[in-house]
Amino acid sequence: MVTASNSRASSFGRIVLYAVLGLFCIYYLLPLYVMLVNSLKPLSEITAGGMMSLPRDWTFAPWLSAWSSAQVGVEATGLRPYFLNSIVMVVPAVALSTLVGALNGYVLTKWTFRGSTIVFGLLLFGCFIPFQMVLIPMARMLGLMGLAGSVAGLVFVHFVYGIGFSTLYFRNYYAAFPTELVRAAQIDGAGFFRIFLRILLPSSGPIAVVCIIWQFTNIWNDFLFGASFSDFSSQPMTVALNNLVQSSTGVKEYNVHFAGAIMAALPTLFVYIVAGRYFVRGLMAGSVKG
Amino acid sequence: MGFLDIKQATKSYGSLKVLHETDISIEEGEFLVLVGPSGCGKSTLLNMIAGLEDITSGEIAVRGRSMNGVRPADRNIAMVFQSYALYPNMSVAGNISFGMEMHGIAKPERKKRIGQVSDLLQISHLLDRKPGQLSGGQRQRVAMGRALVREPDVFLFDEPLSNLDAKLRVDMRTEIKKLHQKLGTTIVYVTHDQIEALTLSTRIAVMFGGYVQQLGTPKEIYDNPANMFVAGFMGSPSMNLFPAKVVSVDGRPAAEMWLADGKSATVPFAAETLSSSVGRDIVLGIRPEAITDRDGADRNSAAVHMVEAPVEVTEPAGSDTFVVSQIGGKDVTGRFRADVNVRAGDVFPFAFNMEKAVAFDPQTENRIA
Repeated sequence: MVTASNSRASSFGRIVLYAVLGLFCIYYLLPLYVMLVNSLKPLSEITAGGMMSLPRDWTFAPWLSAWSSAQVGVEATGLRPYFLNSIVMVVPAVALSTLVGALNGYVLTKWTFRGSTIVFGLLLFGCFIPFQMVLIPMARMLGLMGLAGSVAGLVFVHFVYGIGFSTLYFRNYYAAFPTELVRAAQIDGAGFFRIFLRILLPSSGPIAVVCIIWQFTNIWNDFLFGASFSDFSSQPMTVALNNLVQSSTGVKEYNVHFAGAIMAALPTLFVYIVAGRYFVRGLMAGSVKG
Repeated sequence: MGFLDIKQATKSYGSLKVLHETDISIEEGEFLVLVGPSGCGKSTLLNMIAGLEDITSGEIAVRGRSMNGVRPADRNIAMVFQSYALYPNMSVAGNISFGMEMHGIAKPERKKRIGQVSDLLQISHLLDRKPGQLSGGQRQRVAMGRALVREPDVFLFDEPLSNLDAKLRVDMRTEIKKLHQKLGTTIVYVTHDQIEALTLSTRIAVMFGGYVQQLGTPKEIYDNPANMFVAGFMGSPSMNLFPAKVVSVDGRPAAEMWLADGKSATVPFAAETLSSSVGRDIVLGIRPEAITDRDGADRNSAAVHMVEAPVEVTEPAGSDTFVVSQIGGKDVTGRFRADVNVRAGDVFPFAFNMEKAVAFDPQTENRIA
């Protein structure tokens, strides 16, 4: 039985709980706040101290500068071309690795062959090879393929590296997918690819979203491959951001740096917010008995 | 040569032989039921007919055309699965039309056939729904519609009713039978439920341990089981099987059986078949409906014999009362009329209809008479 004092005690506990949670929230959001307010004030306000205060003079100039005119490396192009590089790199790399992962998962669960578990084991092993280990062999490979220093080369590297994880996701998802459906489709006359495209892929929404979020974040945020395998024209956003901050032509424009850093983080944030909803929806879909 | 011929077909996984040399031949329009307990090879055989599993040796032919190595899609068969296997991402209409689409049938024709089949199965109002929005019985109908619309040579059913609740199962059973009578299609149907096998089939193959134990009409299987497995598996409650001995009474063969109170009873066989086996130990098989109270006995039988036996348990089942006694150390069930006044502990006269009795060899378990 719940007595009055009991419920009072529990509501007190609740207040403490929320207070602690609130504090943690503030703690974690503080860096974002600092970045945001400082990206919106003139440099003079920052150098005058008062990192934490709101801008007295609101301005979008640092954002415009970071986007289109700031000094990145030797050229004053802003981050725009590199942002586009990243988009051109990340979209095909995510799409290809997800699609090939799905195809692998389909084969490894529904068309098992002699040694398929070994193949899967090797693919898993690929997930855990440290990036640094493949740098030199990969550089050689890219050179031989004529993809060195190009966005296409980066797409290739990320595509290959992504296959391990995407295969893992899809294999485990398709393992629970009823094999009778594949057999029914076989009897209905569908072939290998038709079954994949018409039966399995349309039912793969939730795992595809998980895979896309994972690949997108990893590939977008990658610095090592970007720094190693790109030249000036093909640098991704992460490398360009580093160059922006490192380029010293006099004063350090902290407000521009802050704006650039937020720009670099926005796409992953966007993917989480947009796809995250589908992600949760996908997870909930089977949980309510129809 | 029949419509569907299975000739010396076997299936092995490595050194494990799950289906031994099997010969079954059925005519067009027959309803063949493969029945047996789990792991008897019945689903394997069905999958071999479907082409989902390879044939290790032997041959399967439809309309005289060998199916060995032919892809499932090119066999002109349709299959209804236990889980229904409806494509979750397609509507009911999409599910039904998928097979026709894969076989390149034009859209107007597809539409026409979907209309016909959905009318036949009374699912026209469900065509736009997704499988997730259907009840078990409706899914079952859609699965059958998907098979029917293809107009195949042979329909394969893999335990289609086992996911339904008891009441619906009986309704759908009747419906499948009606459909078969109406369309005259050739059906191979797998089940572990012997009632389904007896009610639906024109012929039954009882399977156990990778062998077809007996192939015959429901009546043959029920009245003349080839061995003790078939006798015990088919029928509910199952056939009573208990040890007895062949003796000679007035020059005619009779069965001596041992009752629970230490006495023994001797009842003559209806036929002379066992006259050369006097002195032999046998297993006597007699169905519960052939062991009754005196007034419930079959009046057309010339071989009803009374045995006074102690009653161990009575089980009133509404329409009948099942009365259990012990003979030769085994429970023996008799099917009495519902209003017979019999109580546990009584010694009561049991009427044995020996025309329906069968005898098995205790060692080989095969039928001897």
